[in-house]
Amino acid sequence: MKYQSQRIAYWFFAVCMLLFGLQLVYGFIMGFAHMGMDGLHSIIPFNVARATHTNLLVMWLLAGFMGAAYYIIPEESERDIISIKWAYIQLIAFVVVGVTAIIGFHFQWWEGRKFLEIPRPLDYLVVIDVLLFIGLIGGTIWNGKRYTTTSLVLFFGLLTAALLYLPGMIETDHQTHDSYWRWWVVHLWVEGVWELIMGAILSFLLIKLTGVDREVIEKWLYVIVGFTFLSGILGTGHHYYYIGTPKYWLMVGGLFSALEPVAFLGMAIYAIAMARKGGRAVENRTALLWTIGTAVMSFVGAGFLGFAHTLPQVNLYTHGTLVTAMHGHMAFWGAYASLVLALITYAMPSLTGRNLHDTKTNAFAFWTSNIGMIAMTIAFGIAGVAQVYLERKIGLDFLLVQKEIEVHFLGLILAATLFTCGIIAYIWNFIRFGKPVGEVLRSSR
Amino acid sequence: MLSKSQAKTFFLIGTGVFAAIFAVLTLDTFQRIPKQTNAGEMNESVIRGKHLFEQKNCMGCHTILGEGAYYAPELTKVFERRGENFIKAMLRDPEAMYPGQRKMVNYRLSEQEITDLTSFLQWIGKMDLNGFPPKPDLAPPTSLQTGAPSVYSQTCAACHSLNGQGGQVGPALDGIGKRRDLAFLESWLRDPMAVKPDSKMPKLPLSEEEIKSLLTFLSSQIQGEQ
Repeated sequence: MKYQSQRIAYWFFAVCMLLFGLQLVYGFIMGFAHMGMDGLHSIIPFNVARATHTNLLVMWLLAGFMGAAYYIIPEESERDIISIKWAYIQLIAFVVVGVTAIIGFHFQWWEGRKFLEIPRPLDYLVVIDVLLFIGLIGGTIWNGKRYTTTSLVLFFGLLTAALLYLPGMIETDHQTHDSYWRWWVVHLWVEGVWELIMGAILSFLLIKLTGVDREVIEKWLYVIVGFTFLSGILGTGHHYYYIGTPKYWLMVGGLFSALEPVAFLGMAIYAIAMARKGGRAVENRTALLWTIGTAVMSFVGAGFLGFAHTLPQVNLYTHGTLVTAMHGHMAFWGAYASLVLALITYAMPSLTGRNLHDTKTNAFAFWTSNIGMIAMTIAFGIAGVAQVYLERKIGLDFLLVQKEIEVHFLGLILAATLFTCGIIAYIWNFIRFGKPVGEVLRSSR
Repeated sequence: MLSKSQAKTFFLIGTGVFAAIFAVLTLDTFQRIPKQTNAGEMNESVIRGKHLFEQKNCMGCHTILGEGAYYAPELTKVFERRGENFIKAMLRDPEAMYPGQRKMVNYRLSEQEITDLTSFLQWIGKMDLNGFPPKPDLAPPTSLQTGAPSVYSQTCAACHSLNGQGGQVGPALDGIGKRRDLAFLESWLRDPMAVKPDSKMPKLPLSEEEIKSLLTFLSSQIQGEQ
């Protein structure tokens, strides 16, 4: 740790671990419900579990991005965060709003809009909190000793992510408008500006881990985020096929979604090429493993599976089925969850002064969680394809089909158990690192 | 070889151009949505229904326009598939309609709210959705059930099957006309539990007209199971 204020990141990461752990619990509740074991129905009905599961994901990823920014920006700008006190206030406010939202869901205090269930009054608090965060990060960059591409791309990503939260707050009486704006938030986040954040974090990790020249890495960063927007913005069209919007979206969305894997493929090649180019003994091998992991898994989950699911002629049948869940799980895991875990793995030794990164536990966490997630994706995929065939092609009744595919949820739960073992190992390793140390330990490159 | 500043230019120009195209398409889309979705038919009740749909997070289990969770049926065409009476009965007491099956929360909605949700679902069903949801193209020919009144396919088929088509919550109805006489069928349709106190079949809101058409149809089912 080079700067005192980087310590703030640790607490964001700790929040990540807690919320991530909780997210898995709600995942299991839904998995069992799909198998007919819905004993919790009267306390936590499916729609509560679902809102909680997805919102916990969004929350811990955002906490991870924020933590990443508090860790990366001081090193990139070569100065401390402008106010440590306000950063902690920002963290506490974030947690309070998040926890209130999660508890609220259990009492049906929500907006039933997929992924944006947080009720309106809390939305305003989220906006204030994020403004504070952007202010702290922006202020630090502005007053920094240098402006790097990595820090600017990260800042631009965070800022646009904050701005794009706003269309989700547009009031409307029309279901199509509602959906239209909702995807401005959700799609333009995950297939747009979050990829800027991803690209910047990846670039930071590669610079630190491989020792390849910053200029080279940052040049390719521009190319990749360029491709992201080139395909991702109009790729939003794949959400506008069947919601009461004009037919030309089938063409626009189909064409540009087909280009979306390019950005992810670029990201994967970039990470692997830079790791090879670096070629020297890497200090934190597990962090590099997670870095390559996120690049590869995001290409498979978000890029390839996304491509397969968003072709208009396929999507006509798979839209609104478990096939979406298949793509969604691996995409979020690959692109964003693994990324945050990679950065945490990189940052922990320098934050805490303990060298526990290359432990067996951490290697076990990486392999077990990734294999578990691949198995989960396969289980969702088989269930989804069977559902599409029986329901959309043969025309069997919904509940009948659900009975037919119940067995795949047993497979899902077994896979999810494996995945959870990996995550428990990761969290355990995180706990073993202990709290951050008081003094600035060593200078990082 | 590409320089860093060229890469930056590519990023900035690409982003600007495609964001601009997206903005133009968005404007055009909003011009066209009213016609494509029959926005003129959105009355007060439909709008209340839309907000109620959101307030109860129906999307947390169902899908609508293909969006939502995948735990409960797609609702875009539910009005056409199940009809007003079934939807209303379902909203009044979900568990009665699908006894022992996957559960839906009973939100204890008022009759007004039930009407609002139904109008919303009716309006949604009439949108032009570019061909979604697709017609099941591998479905067995429906000629096996010719003559079924709409109340049969909308309500009865949700739980019962005939010639292998329909739900499997209740027993199959093949050969029902041979097994039961008209008087039994009629009293059963009026109130199942009056005939068999432990029956799980709910008392359905059927009109005299519907009962008559169902009796004609069911008593003509003399093929199949004994």
